[in-house]
Amino acid sequence: MGEIVSLEELAAEVAPGCKLAVPADYCGVAMSATAAIIANRPNNLHVVCVPVTGIQGDMLIGEGLVGTLETSAVTLGEAGGAPRFQDAVRKGAFKLMDATCPAVHSGLIAAQKGVPFLPIRGIIGSDLLKTRTDWKTIQNPFSDDEDPIIVVPAIQPDVAIFHAPEADRFGNVRIGRRRELLTMAQAAKATIVTVERISEESLLKTEDSAAGVLPALYVTKIAVAPRGAWPLPLWGEYGVDTAEIARYAAMARTPEGFAAYMDGFARRLREAA
Amino acid sequence: MPGYSNRELIIATIADLLDGIRHVAVGASSPMPAAGAMLLRARNEMAKRERVRISILGSEEHNFFTNGGVELFDCTAQGRVDAFFLGGGQIDGEANINLVGTGDYPQTEVRWPGCFGSAFMYYLVPRVILFREEHSPRVFVPKVDYISAPGVSDGIVRPGGPHAMLTGMALFDFDKQKKRFSLRSVHHGYTAADVRAATGFDYDEPAVVPETKAPSAENLSILRGRVTEELSESYPAFADMLRGERKEAA
Repeated sequence: MGEIVSLEELAAEVAPGCKLAVPADYCGVAMSATAAIIANRPNNLHVVCVPVTGIQGDMLIGEGLVGTLETSAVTLGEAGGAPRFQDAVRKGAFKLMDATCPAVHSGLIAAQKGVPFLPIRGIIGSDLLKTRTDWKTIQNPFSDDEDPIIVVPAIQPDVAIFHAPEADRFGNVRIGRRRELLTMAQAAKATIVTVERISEESLLKTEDSAAGVLPALYVTKIAVAPRGAWPLPLWGEYGVDTAEIARYAAMARTPEGFAAYMDGFARRLREAA
Repeated sequence: MPGYSNRELIIATIADLLDGIRHVAVGASSPMPAAGAMLLRARNEMAKRERVRISILGSEEHNFFTNGGVELFDCTAQGRVDAFFLGGGQIDGEANINLVGTGDYPQTEVRWPGCFGSAFMYYLVPRVILFREEHSPRVFVPKVDYISAPGVSDGIVRPGGPHAMLTGMALFDFDKQKKRFSLRSVHHGYTAADVRAATGFDYDEPAVVPETKAPSAENLSILRGRVTEELSESYPAFADMLRGERKEAA
Protein backbone atom coordinates (compact mmCIF):
# COMPACT_ATOMS: atom_id res chain seq x y z
CA MET A 1 0.00 0.00 0.00
CA GLY A 2 1.58 3.24 -1.18
CA GLU A 3 5.03 1.64 -1.33
CA ILE A 4 7.79 4.03 -2.43
CA VAL A 5 9.86 2.44 -5.20
CA SER A 6 12.13 3.32 -8.12
CA LEU A 7 10.69 4.61 -11.40
CA GLU A 8 11.69 1.33 -13.10
CA GLU A 9 9.92 -0.78 -10.48
CA LEU A 10 6.83 1.41 -10.82
CA ALA A 11 6.81 1.10 -14.61
CA ALA A 12 6.99 -2.70 -14.36
CA GLU A 13 3.40 -2.67 -13.05
CA VAL A 14 2.23 -1.99 -16.62
CA ALA A 15 2.17 -5.47 -18.18
CA PRO A 16 1.34 -6.41 -21.80
CA GLY A 17 -2.42 -6.37 -22.49
CA CYS A 18 -3.10 -4.28 -19.41
CA LYS A 19 -6.03 -1.84 -19.25
CA LEU A 20 -4.28 1.42 -18.39
CA ALA A 21 -6.12 4.58 -17.30
CA VAL A 22 -4.40 7.92 -17.96
CA PRO A 23 -5.62 11.45 -17.14
CA ALA A 24 -6.03 14.51 -19.38
CA ASP A 25 -3.12 16.92 -19.90
CA TYR A 26 -4.33 19.43 -17.27
CA CYS A 27 -4.58 16.79 -14.56
CA GLY A 28 -0.99 15.63 -14.03
CA VAL A 29 0.32 13.19 -16.65
CA ALA A 30 3.15 10.83 -15.63
CA MET A 31 5.51 11.53 -18.54
CA SER A 32 8.74 10.32 -16.89
CA ALA A 33 6.98 7.08 -16.06
CA THR A 34 5.69 6.89 -19.64
CA ALA A 35 9.31 6.85 -20.87
CA ALA A 36 10.09 4.09 -18.36
CA ILE A 37 7.03 2.11 -19.51
CA ILE A 38 8.02 2.50 -23.17
CA ALA A 39 11.47 1.11 -22.31
CA ASN A 40 9.76 -2.11 -21.14
CA ARG A 41 7.71 -2.33 -24.36
CA PRO A 42 4.47 -3.78 -22.95
CA ASN A 43 2.34 -4.30 -26.08
CA ASN A 44 -1.39 -4.57 -26.75
CA LEU A 45 -2.26 -2.02 -24.06
CA HIS A 46 -5.89 -0.95 -23.69
CA VAL A 47 -5.50 2.73 -22.91
CA VAL A 48 -8.49 4.41 -21.23
CA CYS A 49 -8.16 8.20 -21.51
CA VAL A 50 -9.86 10.09 -18.69
CA PRO A 51 -11.48 11.49 -20.67
CA VAL A 52 -8.97 12.62 -23.35
CA THR A 53 -5.25 12.35 -24.04
CA GLY A 54 -2.44 14.24 -25.75
CA ILE A 55 1.27 13.66 -26.20
CA GLN A 56 1.32 10.69 -23.79
CA GLY A 57 -1.27 8.73 -25.76
CA ASP A 58 0.30 9.76 -29.05
CA MET A 59 3.70 8.44 -27.89
CA LEU A 60 2.30 5.08 -26.77
CA ILE A 61 0.51 4.79 -30.14
CA GLY A 62 3.63 5.78 -32.08
CA GLU A 63 5.62 3.13 -30.22
CA GLY A 64 3.09 0.53 -31.36
CA LEU A 65 2.13 -0.40 -27.80
CA VAL A 66 -1.61 0.34 -28.03
CA GLY A 67 -4.04 -2.45 -28.94
CA THR A 68 -7.19 -0.57 -27.95
CA LEU A 69 -7.75 3.14 -27.49
CA GLU A 70 -10.77 4.29 -25.50
CA THR A 71 -10.98 8.08 -25.60
CA SER A 72 -13.17 11.14 -26.15
CA ALA A 73 -10.39 12.95 -28.04
CA VAL A 74 -6.67 12.98 -28.79
CA THR A 75 -5.10 16.39 -29.37
CA LEU A 76 -1.87 18.28 -28.80
CA GLY A 77 -3.91 21.41 -27.99
CA GLU A 78 -2.44 24.56 -29.51
CA ALA A 79 0.24 22.48 -31.26
CA GLY A 80 -2.52 20.88 -33.35
CA GLY A 81 -3.61 17.31 -34.08
CA ALA A 82 -1.86 14.25 -32.66
CA PRO A 83 0.17 12.95 -35.63
CA ARG A 84 0.85 9.34 -34.60
CA PHE A 85 -2.80 8.94 -33.57
CA GLN A 86 -4.05 10.30 -36.92
CA ASP A 87 -1.70 8.04 -38.86
CA ALA A 88 -2.61 4.94 -36.83
CA VAL A 89 -6.34 5.65 -37.26
CA ARG A 90 -5.91 5.84 -41.04
CA LYS A 91 -4.09 2.51 -41.01
CA GLY A 92 -6.54 0.88 -38.57
CA ALA A 93 -3.57 0.05 -36.35
CA PHE A 94 -5.63 -0.50 -33.20
CA LYS A 95 -9.18 -0.99 -31.98
CA LEU A 96 -10.73 2.45 -31.64
CA MET A 97 -13.36 3.03 -28.95
CA ASP A 98 -14.43 6.63 -29.49
CA ALA A 99 -16.34 8.01 -26.51
CA THR A 100 -17.73 11.24 -25.11
CA CYS A 101 -16.21 12.75 -21.95
CA PRO A 102 -19.07 12.26 -19.47
CA ALA A 103 -19.51 8.62 -20.58
CA VAL A 104 -15.90 7.86 -19.62
CA HIS A 105 -16.44 9.51 -16.25
CA SER A 106 -19.68 7.53 -15.80
CA GLY A 107 -17.98 4.21 -16.60
CA LEU A 108 -15.27 4.87 -14.02
CA ILE A 109 -17.79 6.06 -11.43
CA ALA A 110 -19.74 2.81 -11.93
CA ALA A 111 -16.55 0.83 -11.19
CA GLN A 112 -15.83 3.12 -8.24
CA LYS A 113 -19.26 2.25 -6.83
CA GLY A 114 -18.95 -1.44 -7.68
CA VAL A 115 -22.09 -1.37 -9.85
CA PRO A 116 -22.23 -2.84 -13.39
CA PHE A 117 -23.38 0.31 -15.25
CA LEU A 118 -24.51 3.90 -14.94
CA PRO A 119 -27.23 5.74 -16.90
CA ILE A 120 -26.32 8.91 -18.77
CA ARG A 121 -28.36 11.47 -20.73
CA GLY A 122 -27.55 12.59 -24.26
CA ILE A 123 -25.77 10.33 -26.82
CA ILE A 124 -28.99 8.99 -28.47
CA GLY A 125 -28.80 9.76 -32.20
CA SER A 126 -25.01 10.08 -32.18
CA ASP A 127 -22.99 7.79 -34.46
CA LEU A 128 -21.02 6.82 -31.36
CA LEU A 129 -23.75 4.26 -30.71
CA LYS A 130 -23.04 2.51 -34.03
CA THR A 131 -19.65 1.32 -32.83
CA ARG A 132 -20.03 1.54 -29.05
CA THR A 133 -22.21 -1.56 -28.98
CA ASP A 134 -21.21 -1.94 -25.33
CA TRP A 135 -23.44 1.09 -24.61
CA LYS A 136 -27.12 0.13 -24.39
CA THR A 137 -30.36 2.07 -24.69
CA ILE A 138 -32.89 1.14 -22.01
CA GLN A 139 -36.28 2.45 -20.92
CA ASN A 140 -36.09 4.52 -17.73
CA PRO A 141 -37.54 1.91 -15.31
CA PHE A 142 -39.01 4.66 -13.11
CA SER A 143 -40.99 6.42 -15.83
CA ASP A 144 -44.49 5.57 -17.11
CA ASP A 145 -43.76 7.58 -20.25
CA GLU A 146 -41.44 6.55 -22.99
CA ASP A 147 -38.01 7.65 -21.81
CA PRO A 148 -35.05 5.98 -23.51
CA ILE A 149 -31.72 6.47 -21.77
CA ILE A 150 -28.19 5.21 -22.39
CA VAL A 151 -26.39 2.98 -19.91
CA VAL A 152 -22.61 2.59 -20.05
CA PRO A 153 -20.76 -0.35 -18.49
CA ALA A 154 -18.33 0.03 -15.60
CA ILE A 155 -14.73 0.69 -16.63
CA GLN A 156 -12.31 -1.09 -14.34
CA PRO A 157 -8.71 -0.34 -15.33
CA ASP A 158 -5.99 -2.79 -14.33
CA VAL A 159 -3.71 0.14 -13.62
CA ALA A 160 -4.30 3.88 -13.20
CA ILE A 161 -1.25 6.12 -13.54
CA PHE A 162 -0.76 9.85 -12.92
CA HIS A 163 1.70 12.46 -11.68
CA ALA A 164 1.05 14.61 -8.59
CA PRO A 165 2.96 17.28 -6.67
CA GLU A 166 3.38 15.42 -3.42
CA ALA A 167 2.99 12.19 -1.50
CA ASP A 168 3.84 11.58 2.15
CA ARG A 169 6.04 8.74 3.35
CA PHE A 170 2.89 6.83 4.34
CA GLY A 171 1.74 6.63 0.72
CA ASN A 172 -1.00 9.28 0.79
CA VAL A 173 -1.07 11.45 -2.36
CA ARG A 174 -2.19 15.06 -2.74
CA ILE A 175 -4.60 15.38 -5.71
CA GLY A 176 -6.14 18.78 -4.91
CA ARG A 177 -9.34 19.39 -6.79
CA ARG A 178 -8.45 16.93 -9.59
CA ARG A 179 -11.12 14.58 -8.30
CA GLU A 180 -11.09 12.38 -11.40
CA LEU A 181 -7.78 11.07 -10.06
CA LEU A 182 -9.62 9.78 -7.00
CA THR A 183 -12.26 8.19 -9.23
CA MET A 184 -9.59 6.59 -11.44
CA ALA A 185 -7.72 5.21 -8.43
CA GLN A 186 -10.83 3.85 -6.72
CA ALA A 187 -12.04 2.29 -9.97
CA ALA A 188 -8.69 0.66 -10.85
CA LYS A 189 -7.25 -2.58 -9.50
CA ALA A 190 -3.88 -0.88 -8.98
CA THR A 191 -2.77 2.75 -8.95
CA ILE A 192 0.78 3.93 -9.57
CA VAL A 193 1.77 7.54 -8.98
CA THR A 194 4.86 9.62 -9.62
CA VAL A 195 5.39 12.73 -7.51
CA GLU A 196 7.63 15.78 -7.37
CA ARG A 197 8.53 15.09 -3.74
CA ILE A 198 7.84 13.00 -0.65
CA SER A 199 7.00 14.78 2.59
CA GLU A 200 7.93 13.48 6.02
CA GLU A 201 4.73 14.74 7.59
CA SER A 202 1.44 12.92 6.99
CA LEU A 203 -0.90 14.66 4.55
CA LEU A 204 -3.76 13.46 6.74
CA LYS A 205 -2.46 15.39 9.75
CA THR A 206 -4.94 18.28 9.66
CA GLU A 207 -8.41 18.75 8.16
CA ASP A 208 -7.00 21.32 5.73
CA SER A 209 -4.14 19.15 4.53
CA ALA A 210 -6.32 16.02 4.31
CA ALA A 211 -8.86 17.61 1.93
CA GLY A 212 -7.92 16.71 -1.61
CA VAL A 213 -5.81 13.68 -0.62
CA LEU A 214 -5.97 10.22 -2.16
CA PRO A 215 -5.43 7.88 0.81
CA ALA A 216 -2.69 5.22 0.63
CA LEU A 217 -5.40 2.54 0.69
CA TYR A 218 -5.91 3.12 -3.05
CA VAL A 219 -2.25 3.63 -3.98
CA THR A 220 -0.11 0.68 -5.03
CA LYS A 221 3.27 2.21 -5.79
CA ILE A 222 4.85 5.68 -5.73
CA ALA A 223 8.07 6.87 -7.35
CA VAL A 224 9.76 10.26 -7.17
CA ALA A 225 10.10 11.95 -10.57
CA PRO A 226 11.06 15.64 -10.39
CA ARG A 227 9.33 17.59 -13.18
CA GLY A 228 7.74 14.25 -13.97
CA ALA A 229 4.92 15.73 -16.08
CA TRP A 230 7.31 17.61 -18.42
CA PRO A 231 6.69 18.79 -21.15
CA LEU A 232 3.09 18.85 -19.88
CA PRO A 233 2.11 21.14 -17.00
CA LEU A 234 1.56 20.20 -13.38
CA TRP A 235 -1.20 22.12 -11.61
CA GLY A 236 0.08 24.57 -9.03
CA GLU A 237 3.71 23.72 -9.89
CA TYR A 238 4.78 24.47 -13.47
CA GLY A 239 3.30 25.35 -16.85
CA VAL A 240 3.35 23.58 -20.17
CA ASP A 241 6.57 23.65 -22.24
CA THR A 242 4.88 24.94 -25.40
CA ALA A 243 8.05 24.90 -27.50
CA GLU A 244 8.73 21.25 -26.66
CA ILE A 245 5.16 20.17 -27.52
CA ALA A 246 5.45 22.08 -30.82
CA ARG A 247 8.80 20.36 -31.47
CA TYR A 248 7.17 16.98 -30.89
CA ALA A 249 4.20 17.90 -33.11
CA ALA A 250 6.54 18.81 -35.97
CA MET A 251 8.87 15.81 -35.65
CA ALA A 252 6.17 13.18 -35.07
CA ARG A 253 4.56 13.91 -38.45
CA THR A 254 6.64 11.05 -39.90
CA PRO A 255 7.53 7.71 -38.30
CA GLU A 256 11.23 8.54 -38.77
CA GLY A 257 10.88 11.94 -37.11
CA PHE A 258 8.95 10.35 -34.27
CA ALA A 259 11.68 7.73 -33.77
CA ALA A 260 14.31 10.48 -33.72
CA TYR A 261 12.28 12.44 -31.14
CA MET A 262 11.81 9.39 -28.92
CA ASP A 263 15.52 8.57 -29.14
CA GLY A 264 16.39 11.58 -27.09
CA PHE A 265 13.20 11.84 -25.03
CA ALA A 266 14.30 9.88 -21.94
CA ARG A 267 17.59 11.79 -21.88
CA ARG A 268 15.86 15.18 -22.14
CA LEU A 269 13.48 14.15 -19.36
CA ARG A 270 16.49 13.64 -17.09
CA GLU A 271 17.92 17.00 -18.19
CA ALA A 272 14.59 18.77 -17.58
CA ALA A 273 14.53 17.34 -14.07
CA MET B 1 -14.94 51.36 -43.12
CA PRO B 2 -17.64 50.41 -40.65
CA GLY B 3 -15.60 51.47 -37.59
CA TYR B 4 -15.34 47.93 -36.19
CA SER B 5 -13.62 44.72 -37.24
CA ASN B 6 -15.31 41.46 -38.22
CA ARG B 7 -14.00 39.92 -34.97
CA GLU B 8 -15.48 42.76 -32.91
CA LEU B 9 -18.80 42.25 -34.69
CA ILE B 10 -18.74 38.53 -33.92
CA ILE B 11 -17.91 39.14 -30.26
CA ALA B 12 -20.73 41.69 -29.88
CA THR B 13 -23.14 39.29 -31.62
CA ILE B 14 -22.16 36.52 -29.21
CA ALA B 15 -22.91 38.85 -26.29
CA ASP B 16 -26.38 39.52 -27.75
CA LEU B 17 -27.02 35.79 -28.30
CA LEU B 18 -26.11 35.14 -24.66
CA ASP B 19 -28.36 37.90 -23.28
CA GLY B 20 -30.38 36.67 -20.29
CA ILE B 21 -28.11 33.80 -19.25
CA ARG B 22 -26.49 33.48 -15.83
CA HIS B 23 -23.81 30.84 -16.37
CA VAL B 24 -21.85 30.07 -19.52
CA ALA B 25 -19.02 27.58 -19.95
CA VAL B 26 -16.33 28.22 -22.58
CA GLY B 27 -13.36 26.17 -23.71
CA ALA B 28 -9.78 27.10 -22.87
CA SER B 29 -9.06 27.52 -26.58
CA SER B 30 -12.20 29.52 -27.44
CA PRO B 31 -11.26 33.19 -27.06
CA MET B 32 -14.12 34.62 -29.17
CA PRO B 33 -16.94 32.98 -27.15
CA ALA B 34 -15.10 33.99 -23.96
CA ALA B 35 -14.85 37.57 -25.21
CA GLY B 36 -18.60 37.64 -25.99
CA ALA B 37 -19.39 36.29 -22.53
CA MET B 38 -17.08 38.85 -20.89
CA LEU B 39 -18.75 41.66 -22.85
CA LEU B 40 -22.17 40.53 -21.62
CA ARG B 41 -20.87 40.26 -18.06
CA ALA B 42 -19.42 43.79 -18.17
CA ARG B 43 -22.47 45.47 -19.67
CA ASN B 44 -24.88 43.63 -17.35
CA GLU B 45 -22.82 44.83 -14.42
CA MET B 46 -22.96 48.43 -15.67
CA ALA B 47 -26.73 48.19 -16.26
CA LYS B 48 -27.17 46.54 -12.83
CA ARG B 49 -28.69 43.49 -14.50
CA GLU B 50 -28.26 39.79 -13.61
CA ARG B 51 -24.75 38.65 -12.79
CA VAL B 52 -23.07 36.50 -15.45
CA ARG B 53 -20.78 33.70 -14.37
CA ILE B 54 -18.17 32.44 -16.85
CA SER B 55 -16.44 29.10 -16.40
CA ILE B 56 -13.30 28.83 -18.51
CA LEU B 57 -12.63 25.12 -18.81
CA GLY B 58 -9.08 24.04 -18.09
CA SER B 59 -8.23 27.41 -16.50
CA GLU B 60 -6.88 27.31 -12.96
CA GLU B 61 -8.02 30.85 -12.13
CA HIS B 62 -11.34 31.28 -13.92
CA ASN B 63 -12.93 28.01 -12.96
CA PHE B 64 -14.76 27.50 -9.68
CA PHE B 65 -15.27 23.74 -10.07
CA THR B 66 -13.79 21.61 -7.28
CA ASN B 67 -15.02 18.17 -8.28
CA GLY B 68 -12.76 17.46 -11.24
CA GLY B 69 -13.58 17.11 -14.92
CA VAL B 70 -16.94 15.49 -14.27
CA GLU B 71 -18.36 18.57 -12.55
CA LEU B 72 -19.04 20.48 -15.79
CA PHE B 73 -21.21 17.59 -16.97
CA ASP B 74 -22.96 17.12 -13.62
CA CYS B 75 -23.53 20.87 -13.39
CA THR B 76 -24.98 20.81 -16.91
CA ALA B 77 -27.23 17.82 -16.21
CA GLN B 78 -28.54 19.68 -13.13
CA GLY B 79 -29.55 22.57 -15.40
CA ARG B 80 -26.97 24.97 -14.01
CA VAL B 81 -25.19 25.71 -17.30
CA ASP B 82 -27.30 28.01 -19.48
CA ALA B 83 -25.10 28.34 -22.52
CA PHE B 84 -22.26 26.55 -24.29
CA PHE B 85 -20.47 26.74 -27.66
CA LEU B 86 -19.89 23.90 -30.07
CA GLY B 87 -18.23 23.83 -33.47
CA GLY B 88 -17.27 21.07 -35.82
CA GLY B 89 -15.01 20.12 -38.67
CA GLN B 90 -18.27 19.61 -40.55
CA ILE B 91 -21.77 20.96 -39.84
CA ASP B 92 -24.74 20.03 -42.01
CA GLY B 93 -28.16 21.54 -42.77
CA GLU B 94 -29.84 19.54 -40.00
CA ALA B 95 -27.32 20.95 -37.51
CA ASN B 96 -25.55 17.63 -37.08
CA ILE B 97 -21.94 18.22 -36.05
CA ASN B 98 -18.87 16.13 -36.84
CA LEU B 99 -15.80 16.37 -34.61
CA VAL B 100 -14.39 12.97 -35.63
CA GLY B 101 -13.21 13.06 -39.24
CA THR B 102 -13.92 12.74 -42.94
CA GLY B 103 -14.41 9.53 -44.91
CA ASP B 104 -15.51 6.14 -43.66
CA TYR B 105 -15.31 5.59 -39.93
CA PRO B 106 -13.27 4.26 -38.18
CA GLN B 107 -10.42 4.52 -40.71
CA THR B 108 -11.20 8.16 -41.51
CA GLU B 109 -8.98 9.84 -44.09
CA VAL B 110 -8.75 13.05 -42.07
CA ARG B 111 -9.05 12.46 -38.34
CA TRP B 112 -9.94 15.26 -35.91
CA PRO B 113 -9.47 14.98 -32.14
CA GLY B 114 -12.84 13.40 -31.27
CA CYS B 115 -16.28 14.08 -29.84
CA PHE B 116 -15.15 15.52 -26.48
CA GLY B 117 -18.33 16.27 -24.48
CA SER B 118 -20.44 17.21 -27.52
CA ALA B 119 -22.59 14.06 -27.43
CA PHE B 120 -23.81 15.25 -24.04
CA MET B 121 -23.62 19.05 -23.97
CA TYR B 122 -25.54 19.51 -27.27
CA TYR B 123 -28.58 17.86 -25.68
CA LEU B 124 -28.46 19.19 -22.15
CA VAL B 125 -27.46 22.85 -22.42
CA PRO B 126 -30.55 24.98 -23.24
CA ARG B 127 -28.68 27.54 -25.33
CA VAL B 128 -25.99 25.93 -27.47
CA ILE B 129 -24.48 28.32 -30.00
CA LEU B 130 -22.81 26.73 -32.98
CA PHE B 131 -19.77 28.83 -33.72
CA ARG B 132 -17.37 28.36 -36.61
CA GLU B 133 -15.42 31.31 -37.97
CA GLU B 134 -14.46 29.59 -41.24
CA HIS B 135 -17.49 29.75 -43.52
CA SER B 136 -16.78 27.42 -46.45
CA PRO B 137 -18.34 24.49 -48.34
CA ARG B 138 -15.87 22.07 -46.73
CA VAL B 139 -17.24 22.97 -43.27
CA PHE B 140 -20.92 23.50 -44.14
CA VAL B 141 -21.63 20.24 -45.97
CA PRO B 142 -24.89 18.65 -47.21
CA LYS B 143 -24.41 15.71 -44.83
CA VAL B 144 -21.74 15.17 -42.19
CA ASP B 145 -19.57 12.05 -42.55
CA TYR B 146 -20.00 11.27 -38.85
CA ILE B 147 -22.62 12.50 -36.39
CA SER B 148 -20.79 13.31 -33.16
CA ALA B 149 -23.99 14.91 -31.88
CA PRO B 150 -27.29 15.33 -33.76
CA GLY B 151 -28.99 18.69 -34.30
CA VAL B 152 -32.39 17.16 -33.70
CA SER B 153 -33.21 14.08 -31.62
CA ASP B 154 -36.88 13.18 -31.44
CA GLY B 155 -38.51 11.22 -28.63
CA ILE B 156 -36.03 11.89 -25.85
CA VAL B 157 -36.37 13.90 -22.66
CA ARG B 158 -33.81 16.62 -23.39
CA PRO B 159 -33.52 16.77 -27.19
CA GLY B 160 -31.23 19.81 -27.36
CA GLY B 161 -29.92 21.22 -30.62
CA PRO B 162 -28.64 24.67 -31.51
CA HIS B 163 -30.05 28.03 -30.40
CA ALA B 164 -28.29 29.78 -33.30
CA MET B 165 -25.29 29.41 -35.57
CA LEU B 166 -22.71 32.14 -35.98
CA THR B 167 -19.94 32.17 -38.59
CA GLY B 168 -17.44 34.67 -39.91
CA MET B 169 -19.98 35.68 -42.57
CA ALA B 170 -23.45 35.32 -41.13
CA LEU B 171 -25.88 34.53 -38.34
CA PHE B 172 -28.47 31.73 -38.69
CA ASP B 173 -31.52 30.65 -36.71
CA PHE B 174 -32.48 26.98 -36.51
CA ASP B 175 -36.03 25.63 -36.70
CA LYS B 176 -36.15 22.38 -34.73
CA GLN B 177 -39.50 21.34 -36.24
CA LYS B 178 -38.43 21.88 -39.83
CA LYS B 179 -34.85 20.73 -39.08
CA ARG B 180 -33.59 23.64 -41.10
CA PHE B 181 -31.46 26.74 -40.74
CA SER B 182 -32.65 30.15 -41.86
CA LEU B 183 -30.38 33.08 -42.53
CA ARG B 184 -31.01 35.83 -40.00
CA SER B 185 -28.38 38.36 -41.06
CA VAL B 186 -25.18 38.82 -43.01
CA HIS B 187 -22.08 40.52 -41.58
CA HIS B 188 -20.88 43.83 -42.99
CA GLY B 189 -18.82 43.27 -46.13
CA TYR B 190 -20.71 40.16 -47.27
CA THR B 191 -23.88 39.56 -49.27
CA ALA B 192 -26.56 36.89 -49.05
CA ALA B 193 -25.18 35.51 -52.32
CA ASP B 194 -21.69 35.19 -50.76
CA VAL B 195 -23.19 33.15 -47.93
CA ARG B 196 -25.16 30.96 -50.33
CA ALA B 197 -22.03 30.26 -52.39
CA ALA B 198 -19.99 29.34 -49.31
CA THR B 199 -22.61 27.02 -47.79
CA GLY B 200 -22.89 23.40 -48.95
CA PHE B 201 -26.42 22.86 -47.60
CA ASP B 202 -29.78 24.45 -48.36
CA TYR B 203 -31.44 26.86 -45.91
CA ASP B 204 -34.28 29.37 -45.77
CA GLU B 205 -33.70 33.01 -46.53
CA PRO B 206 -35.92 36.08 -46.22
CA ALA B 207 -36.59 38.20 -49.34
CA VAL B 208 -34.43 40.95 -47.88
CA VAL B 209 -31.53 39.81 -45.71
CA PRO B 210 -30.54 42.42 -43.11
CA GLU B 211 -26.97 43.23 -42.13
CA THR B 212 -25.88 41.87 -38.73
CA LYS B 213 -26.48 44.52 -36.07
CA ALA B 214 -23.40 46.72 -35.73
CA PRO B 215 -21.90 46.91 -32.23
CA SER B 216 -22.85 50.13 -30.46
CA ALA B 217 -20.20 52.69 -29.56
CA GLU B 218 -20.66 51.77 -25.90
CA ASN B 219 -20.16 48.06 -26.61
CA LEU B 220 -17.06 48.75 -28.64
CA SER B 221 -15.65 50.88 -25.88
CA ILE B 222 -16.21 48.14 -23.24
CA LEU B 223 -14.78 45.55 -25.60
CA ARG B 224 -11.66 47.59 -26.38
CA GLY B 225 -11.11 48.49 -22.75
CA ARG B 226 -12.17 46.20 -19.93
CA VAL B 227 -12.87 43.05 -21.98
CA THR B 228 -9.50 43.13 -23.76
CA GLU B 229 -7.81 43.48 -20.35
CA GLU B 230 -9.78 40.52 -18.97
CA LEU B 231 -9.01 38.46 -22.06
CA SER B 232 -5.28 38.94 -21.68
CA GLU B 233 -5.33 36.87 -18.48
CA SER B 234 -6.55 33.66 -20.14
CA TYR B 235 -6.01 34.36 -23.84
CA PRO B 236 -2.93 36.62 -24.05
CA ALA B 237 -2.17 35.91 -27.72
CA PHE B 238 -5.74 36.68 -28.75
CA ALA B 239 -5.86 39.92 -26.73
CA ASP B 240 -2.64 41.05 -28.42
CA MET B 241 -4.15 40.25 -31.81
CA LEU B 242 -7.25 42.37 -31.07
CA ARG B 243 -4.99 45.27 -30.02
CA GLY B 244 -2.92 44.82 -33.19
CA GLU B 245 -6.02 44.87 -35.43
CA ARG B 246 -7.09 48.13 -33.83
CA LYS B 247 -3.71 49.75 -34.40
CA GLU B 248 -3.83 48.76 -38.06
CA ALA B 249 -7.34 50.16 -38.45
CA ALA B 250 -6.39 53.44 -36.75
